Amino acid sequence: MKLSILKKIRVVLALFFFLLLSAVFIDFRGTFGDAFYQWAVSLQFVPALMKTITVAGVVAWGLIAVLLLTLLFGRVYCSAICPLGIMQDVVSWVSRKVKKKHRYKFRKAWTITRYTILGLLLLVVLLGGITLLTVLDPYSLFGRIASYLFKPVVVWVNNLGATALSSADVYSILYQYDLAPVQWAVLGTTILFFILIIVMAFNRGRLYCNSICPVGTVLGFLSKYSLFKIELDHDTCTQCGKCMRVCKAECINIKHQTIDYSRCVACYNCIDTCPEDAAVYRISRKGKKEKTVDLKPANVMVAQPKGPQMNKRSFLFTAGAGMAALAGVASVKKVQAAATAQQGSTIHSSNGGKIPEDKNYAVSPPGSESIERFNDICTGCSLCVSACPSKVLQPSFLEYGLAGMLQPHMDFHAGLCNFDCTTCGEICPTGAIKPLTMEQKHVTQVGKAHFIKANCIVETDGTDCGACSEHCPTKAVHMVPYGDLVIPEVTEDICVGCGACEHACPVTPHRAIYVDGNPVHLEAKKPETEKAKSDLKAGEFPF
Amino acid sequence: MKRRDFIRSSVGAGVATGAALSLGGANSLLGAEAETDFDLVAIRGGEPEVMFDKGIAALGGMSRFVKPGQRVLVKPNIGWDRTPERAGDTNPKLVRRIIEHCLDAGAKDVLVFDHTCHEWTKCYQHSGIEQAVAEAGGKIVPGNSERYYKHVDVKGGVKLKETDVHELMLNTDVFINVPVLKNHNSAKMTIAMKNLMGCVWDRGYYHKNDLHQCIADFLHFRKPDLNVVDAYRVMTQNGPVGVSLDDLVTMKSQLISTDIVAIDAAAAKFVGMDPSEINHIKLASEAGFGTMDLSKLKIKRIVV
Repeated sequence: MKLSILKKIRVVLALFFFLLLSAVFIDFRGTFGDAFYQWAVSLQFVPALMKTITVAGVVAWGLIAVLLLTLLFGRVYCSAICPLGIMQDVVSWVSRKVKKKHRYKFRKAWTITRYTILGLLLLVVLLGGITLLTVLDPYSLFGRIASYLFKPVVVWVNNLGATALSSADVYSILYQYDLAPVQWAVLGTTILFFILIIVMAFNRGRLYCNSICPVGTVLGFLSKYSLFKIELDHDTCTQCGKCMRVCKAECINIKHQTIDYSRCVACYNCIDTCPEDAAVYRISRKGKKEKTVDLKPANVMVAQPKGPQMNKRSFLFTAGAGMAALAGVASVKKVQAAATAQQGSTIHSSNGGKIPEDKNYAVSPPGSESIERFNDICTGCSLCVSACPSKVLQPSFLEYGLAGMLQPHMDFHAGLCNFDCTTCGEICPTGAIKPLTMEQKHVTQVGKAHFIKANCIVETDGTDCGACSEHCPTKAVHMVPYGDLVIPEVTEDICVGCGACEHACPVTPHRAIYVDGNPVHLEAKKPETEKAKSDLKAGEFPF
Repeated sequence: MKRRDFIRSSVGAGVATGAALSLGGANSLLGAEAETDFDLVAIRGGEPEVMFDKGIAALGGMSRFVKPGQRVLVKPNIGWDRTPERAGDTNPKLVRRIIEHCLDAGAKDVLVFDHTCHEWTKCYQHSGIEQAVAEAGGKIVPGNSERYYKHVDVKGGVKLKETDVHELMLNTDVFINVPVLKNHNSAKMTIAMKNLMGCVWDRGYYHKNDLHQCIADFLHFRKPDLNVVDAYRVMTQNGPVGVSLDDLVTMKSQLISTDIVAIDAAAAKFVGMDPSEINHIKLASEAGFGTMDLSKLKIKRIVV
């Protein structure tokens, strides 16, 4: 049973990648550095592909590695590297424990569905949007599931522990952590996909990977030509069907002793199970095999797929997502107006805040260069959202319009962009957020602050405030005399759009100062300062 | 260990001298005050830790404020993600020395926190205060989550009648306030009283409800037992964050007082402001929390 070691290796690798990727997205304490994040996601297919396309002259080695692996050994990526795939295996494993009689059987491939989705995705990309990729990319999907569903659970447990420890006066091990609230629509989308994938995996193993996942479709296509393949040795195989029953890809046709390589995820369960050692992993015996690979075998022995229910759901979903993506070409501003209209039912607690902010554009992260460029590349994996120390990066729903759905935007209610922080650019795996040096970051203007005097406390309540200017790192927002008080004033050309002013402004429901995004990022002027002086001589006291 | 011994012996000597002088008949004949009976000690010209050694000795040593077995809260300004050179936060050398003095006086625990404006782990780390606290033997405590804050009434407050304060405000015996002196765009200056804004959860409430009145009102809840103003590097413009090193003047100064109004008034003078120009100082003085008229104060001036 020498070959059964393959499954063990696969399980170890899978657990490693699953824990690695989970850790990266759940790491709310920022334990792992930027370099670690970058390294941890480097083998993920879609980000590596995006980076290769977007960052001119750079071919991400992760992409080459995955393609080579696939051409050599089949869909190893799906079984051992893709966190979403491994998550499904965990679910299948549980389902086999729960449902005693859980057995897989050979099913027809959903060829039309998967190629339709892939085709639609490419069509949408040609039309200038990647929404469908954002929605379906397994890495990004897992990123959002881990960030918005797994992480809160871990944080909740952490906070319970921190409460217990602080009551014993211990503050050094755990500390309380507050998650920024995620919009219900983003959370809802994530939960929807999570449930969809769980249900599919619970009943049908790797059905998502072999019917919806665009990466699965592409790598499945390549796998047909891979050097090493699992084959059922016709001389030793007794057609007992044990391999078929453990095949979560449902791709072993035991009657014809063939395997659908477009669906085989190289999990090696069959090799591990076969009592006759008839399932072997070897350099494919070409010619002979090619004939037996049959995507649509006429099948008598095995029952047909469970029914049209799943097909219908899949169709509806596909159509829905496709329409959403197409609609993304629609005007950004209109959709944003609708989005802001949803908010703003907060209670008035001062005299101000009556005039709504006039935001024309969402603010994209520094290093993204322009909203258009960013929307074209970012797959919304949420790695930057997870890593952003000040929580200013939050997933959007309609802020960029449908074209930028689930991509991060700067949410100044959640935080402010720290002037000296360059984390998001350092870790972005797709190149959607380019890394900036500190000097570049300091003059990157992602938006501009706008002051609404009629909302300001100084004007409405006649008392000092200055919270906006207090937080401004360049003093683009500074205070000027206003009767006995001081009131903010904005120098636009030195404003970098970091949102510190908007974040600090205590006025509700509408802020007295807000940042409107620059659709194309600009270069801010550097603030000029005079050298501070003091008349006080050394050793002298002013009293 | 050596440093600790040095402090112990020098503080001991200071107390002994003070006691000897106050017992001597000659002093009372000459009308001299007891050596430690100052409203304010102002020190200039040394490193932060050296100035504090001299200053606290002039007040009779830390044992006057910290009794053996007590839990001490030290509240520096750690509000901003800035390195010590940028003087956005309290000088870590000063924080370290204060903790050492407290532990030498027999404190059971010295706890340090701030409700920061920037991301708190970065502030604690980059300000150098986290490390200083650890090295001195104190405990650094997070103030980043509302869960650490407890609701309290501010009896007598005009605008600030209730607020949520950090749990350490409720379970420590001694409260030492250690602000850094800075220019502030709307509070005019941020000194001792303004530093207490870092003890509450909802700072926005202050900004929304008459900033100066709220700053003064907080003293109805708890007044620090001792205030130490770090004026080693002073941000005289573009405060409280500062745009560049140009905003700083190296003053090598420090102030120590139990009177929070007096210390703020004196600190304002260092940057050429009249205390009455700063509304919260005026309001606190009128409410009887201290004296802002420097001519009425007994001030000890020390040049290192």
